[in-house]
Amino acid sequence: MTSAVLDHDAHPAHEAHHTSLPIDNRKLAMWTFIGSECLFFATLITTFLIYRDSSVGGPGPKDMFEVPLVTFGTAILLFSSFFVVMALDGAKRGDRKKLILWLSLTVLCGIFFVAMQVYEFQHFYHKGLGYSTNLFSASFYTLTGFHGTHVAIGTLWLATLLKDAIKGRITPAKALNLELSALYWHFVDVVWIIIFPVVYLMSLGR
Amino acid sequence: MATTALEHAPVYHRSAVVEWLTTVDHKKIGIMYGASAFIFFLIGGIEALIMRAQLATPNGTLVSAEMYNQLFTMHGTTMIFLAVMPLSAMFFNFFVPLLIGARDVAFPRLNAMSLWVFMLGGLFLNASFLFAAAPNGGWFGYAPLSSRQYAPGMNMDFWAIGLQILGIASIAAGVNFFTTIINMRARGMTLMRMPIFVWMTLITQVLVLLSFPVITIALVMLTADRTFGSGFFVTAAGGDPMLWQHLFWVFGHPEVYILILPAFGIVSEVLPVFSRKPLFGYSAMVFSGAFIAFLGFGVWSHHMFATGMGPLADSFFSLATMLIAVPTGVKIFNWIGTVWGGSVNLKSPMLFALGFIAMFIIGGLSGVMHAVAPADLQQTDTYFVVAHFHYVLFGGSIFALTAGAYYWWPKMFGRMLDDRLGKWHFWLSMIGFNVTFMPMHWVGLLGMPRRVYTYPEGLGFELFNMVQTIGAFILALSILVFIWNVIRTWRGPADAPADPWGGATLEWAISSPPQEFNFAEEPVVTEKDALWAMKDAAGVERLPEPVHVSGKGIHMPGPSWWPVIVAVGLLTFFVGLMVHRPWAFPFTPVSIAGFALMVFGIFKWAYEPVDAHAPQH
Repeated sequence: MTSAVLDHDAHPAHEAHHTSLPIDNRKLAMWTFIGSECLFFATLITTFLIYRDSSVGGPGPKDMFEVPLVTFGTAILLFSSFFVVMALDGAKRGDRKKLILWLSLTVLCGIFFVAMQVYEFQHFYHKGLGYSTNLFSASFYTLTGFHGTHVAIGTLWLATLLKDAIKGRITPAKALNLELSALYWHFVDVVWIIIFPVVYLMSLGR
Repeated sequence: MATTALEHAPVYHRSAVVEWLTTVDHKKIGIMYGASAFIFFLIGGIEALIMRAQLATPNGTLVSAEMYNQLFTMHGTTMIFLAVMPLSAMFFNFFVPLLIGARDVAFPRLNAMSLWVFMLGGLFLNASFLFAAAPNGGWFGYAPLSSRQYAPGMNMDFWAIGLQILGIASIAAGVNFFTTIINMRARGMTLMRMPIFVWMTLITQVLVLLSFPVITIALVMLTADRTFGSGFFVTAAGGDPMLWQHLFWVFGHPEVYILILPAFGIVSEVLPVFSRKPLFGYSAMVFSGAFIAFLGFGVWSHHMFATGMGPLADSFFSLATMLIAVPTGVKIFNWIGTVWGGSVNLKSPMLFALGFIAMFIIGGLSGVMHAVAPADLQQTDTYFVVAHFHYVLFGGSIFALTAGAYYWWPKMFGRMLDDRLGKWHFWLSMIGFNVTFMPMHWVGLLGMPRRVYTYPEGLGFELFNMVQTIGAFILALSILVFIWNVIRTWRGPADAPADPWGGATLEWAISSPPQEFNFAEEPVVTEKDALWAMKDAAGVERLPEPVHVSGKGIHMPGPSWWPVIVAVGLLTFFVGLMVHRPWAFPFTPVSIAGFALMVFGIFKWAYEPVDAHAPQH
């Protein structure tokens, strides 16, 4: 996020910060934050599983879920994880064209996924599933809404880095800036890889 | 500093207010944590005194039942989230970098943001009093007492949203301190050479990082129930109030270790220095702390024995809870082993540390009594429980934090607190504390329930309650002695030596108070009790007073406005949820403005050069 932070690593007058482990502070912090986020999503997913079938009236998963659309969204998100790895490779090699190409694709995937979710929510709403219709709807919207917010934040972050990349600010020395967002992006993906089967497929397969 | 300020007068001549608002110095941030937490501690204490005055006699009429609900809810919430946690954070901030030989934390601006979010969150919670709508559903906000049906006012919205704000500060600080301790240690300071306080801080951050996300989600669901009318905890909608209790205590039990582990760390620093002996069983101390934290995630339902979970769950949580007594006992014996045979120096910090051990043993023993589910059914929701957790939280955490205050005061402010007044403080605390809380064991077993605003005559509660109230005012007097001590020494000269106690750890190697960059040269550590090792190597009792150096060429992060701006944006976002309650959430003008300010602040923050205004350049 902080492209300026690494300016001082490139600054010849300053020695690099000594760290106790061979890992940059920001990367360690991102891993730590991801560890914390695991509990965040674990709580959301647990609540959904507890409440999925506890609704008093109103539509249930089988009345709502449309697997083909979500499968497509899942695929898009999975591909985006691959794209961001390619972008990072470009950044590390100083290959700006490669960086911009793959990073643009990653951002597009993010936008597509968020759009898919907005469409899905609207569609469900028109089919009669408001946020507080029943327990299924509330726990479903809360879980996927928080995930979607994470995707949106990641997309905004990657788009900011894309702007930096176009301006030529993401040099190999600053590839860590992209790596941090990529770590976060992979995590958000992994959470979806759990949500897709657990929330969508398992709710239909019974 | 003075010379550099002259050299760069146009850039660095900032007023004191701006200086403190924009500082990223971990020491200033620590002092602000301490000052604001102490004020909240006084507010929480006054709430307690009002309650004690109400309960002094049967059929008390000082406050109404509704007011009493607000008082006990805010007393608990304040003491946990706005007093003990940030008082610990004061020591994390000021001393973790010093103890590990670092110049600052890993993310100084994030650190400042944590402070401001905490402070604004605390003000937000207390602002509820201005609307005569302070939270009134107990500090654990059990459903359905927190539901829209039973709590229609704004009271529990203040609570749910206030805790949400405070949680953000805690998680940000957790990431920061975890990274700092793992990655910013001085050369040679391996994990098993770290001072125990640093170890306990590290373990506390792990607890914060793994438990706060759970309460975050629970509070989101509660807010959704209250704002959108969803039914997460509403029985009529199929929701389960038990889910709230489980989520709350999955957070809440680790939270009590978040409150006590830093206290363990402080006491483990104080006892060796005032016994002139290294800590007994260092590695056992480290591993017992880690084991307590690990078990702390497997005992939450001992808060819920009365809900009828069935014999299997009751047995599991009983046994797991009893198991925690083992590593805790290890710690207590190690503390005793540290003092045993030492040349004990009974200065104020030592008195409070020894008082801590005694009081914590009593609180620990009544804790083991609660582990026995059938006995707990008799004790739960009575004053017996109130007695227990005040023995561990006041007799434990507050005594240890006070020991830390007397111990580290000279390092923080360059002044020694008066030891004679310190002893008055200690003995008044010790007497006032026990007179207040010891009788609660009996009155609890006699059947007096918690959280009742009054009681009738003739139940045998009168004498106990009167004694408790007298004790509470003695305890308040001890706090006044402390405040007087601070004021008195503040008027005196700032002449504390670098190493007044003959300390074992690195902070005593540098001047009191430390210069902005802490260490002129980054220290190299060869064994634990690093400073004692250095003194032994030099063959001296005390190292020579460190000389004041200019610090030219030392690379320190510059001040920044963005942390406080992001914090204000965040607060505004949450205030917007209250202003337009209930239906417009979250697309209200206030929330949108706050959110926009926050995003703007984050972007400016991200692109701000970190060393643009470094004063040493």
